[in-house]
Amino acid sequence: MAEAHAPTAHAQHAPQGFIRKYIFSLDHKVIGKQYYFLALFSVFVGLLLSILMRWHLVWPDAHIPLLDKLSPVGAPGGLMTPEYYLSLMTMHGTIMIFFVLTTAPQSGFGNYFLPIQIGAEDMAFPRLNMLSFWVTLAALLTLLSSFFVSDGPPLAGWTAYPPLSAVGSVSGPGEGLGQDLWVISIALFCVGALLGALNFIATTLELRTRGMKLMRLPLTCWAWFITAIVGLLSFAVLFAAGVLLLLDRVGGTSFFVPAGLIVSDKILSNHSGGSPLLYQHLFWFFGHPEVYIAILPGMGITSHILSCFSRKPIFGYRAMTYSLMAIGFLSFTVWGHHMFVSGMSPYTAFAFSVMTMAIGVPSAIKTFNWLGTLWGGRLRLTTAMLFSIGFVSLFVSGGLSGLFLAQPPVDVNLHATYFVVGHFHLVMGVAAIFAMFGGTFYWFPKMFGRMMNETLGKIHFWLTFVGVYAIFMPMHYLGVEGNVRRYSTFIDDFMQPLLPVHKFMSIWAFIVGGAQLIFIFNLFWSMFKGEKAGINPWESTSLEWTVPSPPPHDNFAGKIPVVYHGPYEYGVPGAEKDYIMQDSPEVVAESH
Amino acid sequence: MWQGFPLRPEQASTIARGIDHLYYFLTAVDLFFTALIFLTIFYLALRYRRRPGNEKPPKTRTLMPLELAWSIIPAILCGVMFTWSASLFVRNARPPRASTEIFVVGKQWMWKIQHAGGRSEIDELHVPLGEPIKLTMTSEDVIHDFFIPAFRVKKDVLPGRYTSIWFEATQVGKFHFFCAQYCGTDHSHMRGWVYVMTPTDYERWLSGAVPTQTMAQAGALLYEQYGCITCHGTGKGPPFIDLYGSNVKLDNGQTVVADDAYLRESILFPTAQIVAGYQPIMPTFKGQLNEDQVLNLIAYIKSLRTQERTSPQ
Repeated sequence: MAEAHAPTAHAQHAPQGFIRKYIFSLDHKVIGKQYYFLALFSVFVGLLLSILMRWHLVWPDAHIPLLDKLSPVGAPGGLMTPEYYLSLMTMHGTIMIFFVLTTAPQSGFGNYFLPIQIGAEDMAFPRLNMLSFWVTLAALLTLLSSFFVSDGPPLAGWTAYPPLSAVGSVSGPGEGLGQDLWVISIALFCVGALLGALNFIATTLELRTRGMKLMRLPLTCWAWFITAIVGLLSFAVLFAAGVLLLLDRVGGTSFFVPAGLIVSDKILSNHSGGSPLLYQHLFWFFGHPEVYIAILPGMGITSHILSCFSRKPIFGYRAMTYSLMAIGFLSFTVWGHHMFVSGMSPYTAFAFSVMTMAIGVPSAIKTFNWLGTLWGGRLRLTTAMLFSIGFVSLFVSGGLSGLFLAQPPVDVNLHATYFVVGHFHLVMGVAAIFAMFGGTFYWFPKMFGRMMNETLGKIHFWLTFVGVYAIFMPMHYLGVEGNVRRYSTFIDDFMQPLLPVHKFMSIWAFIVGGAQLIFIFNLFWSMFKGEKAGINPWESTSLEWTVPSPPPHDNFAGKIPVVYHGPYEYGVPGAEKDYIMQDSPEVVAESH
Repeated sequence: MWQGFPLRPEQASTIARGIDHLYYFLTAVDLFFTALIFLTIFYLALRYRRRPGNEKPPKTRTLMPLELAWSIIPAILCGVMFTWSASLFVRNARPPRASTEIFVVGKQWMWKIQHAGGRSEIDELHVPLGEPIKLTMTSEDVIHDFFIPAFRVKKDVLPGRYTSIWFEATQVGKFHFFCAQYCGTDHSHMRGWVYVMTPTDYERWLSGAVPTQTMAQAGALLYEQYGCITCHGTGKGPPFIDLYGSNVKLDNGQTVVADDAYLRESILFPTAQIVAGYQPIMPTFKGQLNEDQVLNLIAYIKSLRTQERTSPQ
């Protein structure tokens, strides 16, 4: 398989000059870092927005310093208007889902490490790779520019349900140019994601080095590969939904807008015959697989790190790959569980309910295999390892609350409440971010040639780990009590008694937000002042640990490795050391 | 302290208890697995911590029985949950035959509620105790959602179609309802109260207002004002007597039931479904009639039934 190693753009000299080397680079490692820093910037914007939101919810009368400078219209005197709150909510969701959760684990780490881990010199299509990054950046800038348009940023929510998102400024501020920019940004993002997905699939199938059979792929590569397939199939549908929505807004079409709406006491006579439910089906056909696009790479990274720092083979390698495939496939069959209250037939609801529970089975298999990996190991509790164990914990907590939402009669209660907010933040948001932290601590030495500070890392881990539970577990309680989400204010005697819970969460949000500064400091300080890293500081087995830190321009300096072993040969009896590198020709009788 | 933080909102409808039982079962399963997995993680992390001079772990193999056990047990549990929830959902999905119908129209950012007797109210819903109530709901603008936490019911309210929920209140009192589908600026103000009254109080309330027309009477007036009578009263268009709930033959050979959604569509989009034997000459009333008026017309057509038949669902 993939015997003939196709020469890529990289079999040549490294480009000279700052711009070709660091800006318009074709090198997958530079592009991976570009994606990583794009996501890092985005995550801090998104985090800041969430902190402003938490402030406004519990102290609506307290002035937020500097906010009136940022938006004199949206926050006159530092007090948010309802529209501004809802815009921040929309932007928080959009930035976090697309530009953080979809970007860092897949496009960031994947771009950097997929080629090295399979023994290739670059991605299959380096120019396409560069293009996909620049399109993604354009999408981000388009989105952020909506903060500066006259009627304010979009406020239709990250799901942008029509007719609210489709009828334009007649339905209120934030529905004009800001919403147009939102739709254009999402469509651009889809293009970038589709190009990236093609590249990942081609690279995995075509560029594996000699001996790198599919069943010798590290689980990271399996996860990136399957995520790319899921992305290819789902972003295509979101792209269509985005284009149709844009046409409804600016082209006078009526894909999603029914006839005769009366908005703000005006009859909209320019639309007829559209179906708002059609949009929901298209959106969630993308939207549910998107959850797995965010979390599958995290599962791969976590598996990789757990095995390395347990000094044991991953428990059930085959079960892990098959369950990744099963999750990827099933993710396309469950979108209706987002629409149990949209008015679907009970029998349709059953179909989606049963598929949703079916997806719990491969998820359970993965969880228990992670525990099996820890079992009997010699655990090195590094920061990377702590974040990976934290990932398992968050994934379990968030996954189990998903059982409630899979049951239509219970979901009918909990739908559109804080229960759902708590659920998805734990299972796809924070869990995926823990995988990014784990990946950062694990791969930082390879990417930057220096080690990150472990003490700072552990302080950061514990504050974040305790903090996210303190923020998101009470949300489940609020939802059970009937606290509806996406409210800009809690005014009546139903919501008011719950305010102490909201205050508790807000305070923890500030603590966790502050704790992230430790990470930022650690990241940038270590880049310049960290202890120098050797080739293989963690005693890992995969191919990226056979090359210098950071790797040379074409990864292997012309010496393409040959692979003799599976990716997780730790603690092999009879071997020289307690691990065998994938490219080591060492033959061990008992090795599997 | 715990009085301020109850475990669930009040149970005030016939379906609330059954749903809460399933909810408690799920909570128990979740707590069990959370405890199991968390304790295991902590135990493993402490027990197998790296210790000096003990670098190589003993060989552990992937155990097939273990792999099967943690695949099959969750699968069986999921099966139990599914069966339980499916049976509950089916039981709760259909309103009883004898339900009293009340009509709800949502718009940014208020709820308009109309009783068949003609009384209408805004952001308030008066219902009798112990009688099944069916809400038929639509929206004038964007998508809303009608959510009564104490009754455990919630359903999206969409423009261009009817959705419905039903409930039977079990407790006299005042209960919140909320809009639960994000609908723009004042989403958080789109809420109100359900007043559950004893049937006698409810009757008194219904007749208590200044006498107005019933919905059917209002519809009859529209029937004349908008000139429907010139065709539908003369045989040029299909007659309305006994139309509601009957089977209608269309010119494309299909047969449909004349329910609320059919009548609404026929008023607003007359060419969508042509009754067999008639010319497609009816003009559209989209933009001329608002959703309240359409509901009045439907109520009028309903009132033209000469004998009771089972209402279509």
